[in-house]
Amino acid sequence: MNQPILAIRTGHEGTGHEVLMERSPYAIDKKKLGMWIFIVSDACTFATFLFGYGYMRVGNQNWGTPFAFPTILNGILMTFVLLSSSLTMLAAVRATQAGQKASANKWLGATMLLGAIFAALHLREWFKLISEGWRLFYNPTGGAAQFGACFFSVTGLHLTHVVSGVIALAFIARGYNQGRYDESHVETAGLYWHFVDLVWMFVFPLMYLMNAQTK
Amino acid sequence: MHDLSAHAAPHHAPPQGFIRKYVFSVDHKVIGIQYTTLSLVAAFIGMALSWAMRIHLAWPNASIPFLGTLSPNGAPGGVPTPEYYLSLMTMHGTIMAFFVLTAAPMAGYGNFMLPIQVGAADMAFPRLNMASFWVTFIGFALACATFFIPDGPPLSGWTAYAPLSAVGPVAGPGQGWGQNLWGLSIVAFCVASLLGSLNFIVTTLDLRTKGMTLSRLPLSTWGWFINAWVGLLAFAVLLPTCLLLVLDRLGGTSFFIPAGLVVNDKLLPHSGGSPLLFQHLFWFFGHPEVYIIILPAFGIIAHIMPTFTRKPLVGGWKVITYAMIAIGALSFVVWGHHMFVSGMSPYMGMVFSVPTLIITIPSVIAVLVFAVSLYGANMRFTTPMLFCLGFISLFISGGIGGFFLAQPAVDSYLHATSFVVGHFHFTMGLSAIFATFAGFYYWFPKMWGRMMNETLGKVHFWLSFVLVYCVFMTMHLMGFTGAVRRYSAYVADFMVPQIPTNRFITVAALLLGATQFIFLFNAIWSRFKGPKAADNPWQATTLEWDTPSPPPFDNFGGRQITIYHGPMEYDGDASLMQTSPEKAIAGT
Repeated sequence: MNQPILAIRTGHEGTGHEVLMERSPYAIDKKKLGMWIFIVSDACTFATFLFGYGYMRVGNQNWGTPFAFPTILNGILMTFVLLSSSLTMLAAVRATQAGQKASANKWLGATMLLGAIFAALHLREWFKLISEGWRLFYNPTGGAAQFGACFFSVTGLHLTHVVSGVIALAFIARGYNQGRYDESHVETAGLYWHFVDLVWMFVFPLMYLMNAQTK
Repeated sequence: MHDLSAHAAPHHAPPQGFIRKYVFSVDHKVIGIQYTTLSLVAAFIGMALSWAMRIHLAWPNASIPFLGTLSPNGAPGGVPTPEYYLSLMTMHGTIMAFFVLTAAPMAGYGNFMLPIQVGAADMAFPRLNMASFWVTFIGFALACATFFIPDGPPLSGWTAYAPLSAVGPVAGPGQGWGQNLWGLSIVAFCVASLLGSLNFIVTTLDLRTKGMTLSRLPLSTWGWFINAWVGLLAFAVLLPTCLLLVLDRLGGTSFFIPAGLVVNDKLLPHSGGSPLLFQHLFWFFGHPEVYIIILPAFGIIAHIMPTFTRKPLVGGWKVITYAMIAIGALSFVVWGHHMFVSGMSPYMGMVFSVPTLIITIPSVIAVLVFAVSLYGANMRFTTPMLFCLGFISLFISGGIGGFFLAQPAVDSYLHATSFVVGHFHFTMGLSAIFATFAGFYYWFPKMWGRMMNETLGKVHFWLSFVLVYCVFMTMHLMGFTGAVRRYSAYVADFMVPQIPTNRFITVAALLLGATQFIFLFNAIWSRFKGPKAADNPWQATTLEWDTPSPPPFDNFGGRQITIYHGPMEYDGDASLMQTSPEKAIAGT
């Protein structure tokens, strides 16, 4: 008689509270709620960086527009890759909800691959800028030194999120295949992934398009 | 799908072994006690720092041997240099504001009580909760480590104003690794607070037991819940601000450092940054922070008072809750009132003055609810109740100073004086500390299963109450006469007549500190030798009193909890547990 009647996945596995945590009749999945709350908080963090960038931009007359067309083209390519990865993430969530493990793996893999391509394109661009002499504290075109500071810190924060997302997806995919995680974990990871994508939709126009050479 | 019969399944045994049980525990009660203990240690360190400052202020040539041993450079022969005085002030502010006032009433009591009050077995994310505490611990260790590096702690105050905090070792002792460690300490504290806030919000929304609607939440839970939202948004701004500061210090950027800055006869290579940006970002966090400190205090007072007045609060749960929500929301639009004299446009000063006066409305409503609720009460003058009354008195006295400081014209005169010091010690300092004491005396029986000594508690209250007024009301008066803050000695001509008043404050402050050892003795003695506490020694109504003292590992012993009433079913000596299915007596 001592076997559990129903295994409820509460996120308390191993803490000793598994069977005691009844799910509240009002509640939504707490992982999902937790992720939403995290997103609210993380949005504030990005907003602070972008506010600092705006303040620096307004406060420095000699800002300049150093990005030539190839950089913008690269940015458009990165945007395309990241937006596509949101689509593949959506397909992965759909597949897990339909219980199609093979398909889910395929789409999760595609999402991670696209995330990795984004990171690779981004790093290539970073190294190119660095080789041209850009630093956190130095502007080789003679404009405001804050350009490098803002560009590297804002895109660096975003890139950190993308790379963490790829690593997190790898863990989720592994757990999903081993049966430790279910579709709700994949969906929660998807929320994060879409958020990181959404942030890029602010970073790209503000950091790239606004700094594009006009002729 | 989620079958209630899961409750019939056998309980998991609580974790065994000292490490899993008391050190790296996922149990919210142990984590709550860990936070409370950390804050208690931090409070006594912070108090010792204030003693050193007060002694030096009153007797500038007096030797404090301990300081001489701690820092031979900062206090040669035990007499602190002006720089080391600022180091002491910085660490007093940092330790008190972050590791005592933010940590104790929210993370300490909140962790212990919130899951029990909503009828849950633990926080929503127990492992995250454990991580929050240990990251806070790392932050505290980093802050304390600044005392043991050669140059000592930073000089820039708990607000770490740039460019002083941003330019590095050239600005003075402590501005090298001292400030770096400080920045890392605050980054750690931010991360821990964000994780904690997330946990509090999800627990309150998701893990409420059957019948525990939002309108039936105890008001302390409301306080922690609202506060978690404020903290979630505010610490998410301080975190990147500290990262930018660290970039300025270690990465060579110039976010906060203007062009042409000469420090100690050295022209710095920076250009284009703005110290005002730092102040905007810091105070966008910093003003909500003072409400992060006071909102749990409101919640605790609102929770404790009905128990001892034996009647519901005036206006039920709604007025006080809506007031707290209004305070939380408005706290994000008033930050500029810290910057009236910063060089910000005076028009902006006017813009920020208006919401600052508006936010006093919900604050006054909350305090009036407490005060008016005393009318017709069957008061029980226990120690927690005395501290509640002390809170009301202190918050009103301190709050009145706020009306002065909210006016840019008046603030221009008072800004850098000890009037401000007295003001914020009354409001965010001692009001919150008194609420923390009220909570400590009130919940001690539940947290440790023993009663504290009432006589010692009352002695502690009355001495503290009188001495607090001697110290901080006097500071208000000295501020009017022009006593400048952050001066390490009263040597300027116009300050010489203030020296006797200043010495009076020092003597009162030392006595006030000594009084706290009565509390410490009472707490430690009662922890081991106090009489065993009943389950519900105060005849209260909320869930934490409906479980053994101290509660078992899963809080309710696997019992199915159903809630029938709000938390304030009091009518004289009669009271009704939230779990009692009987007819309501007060109808809250």
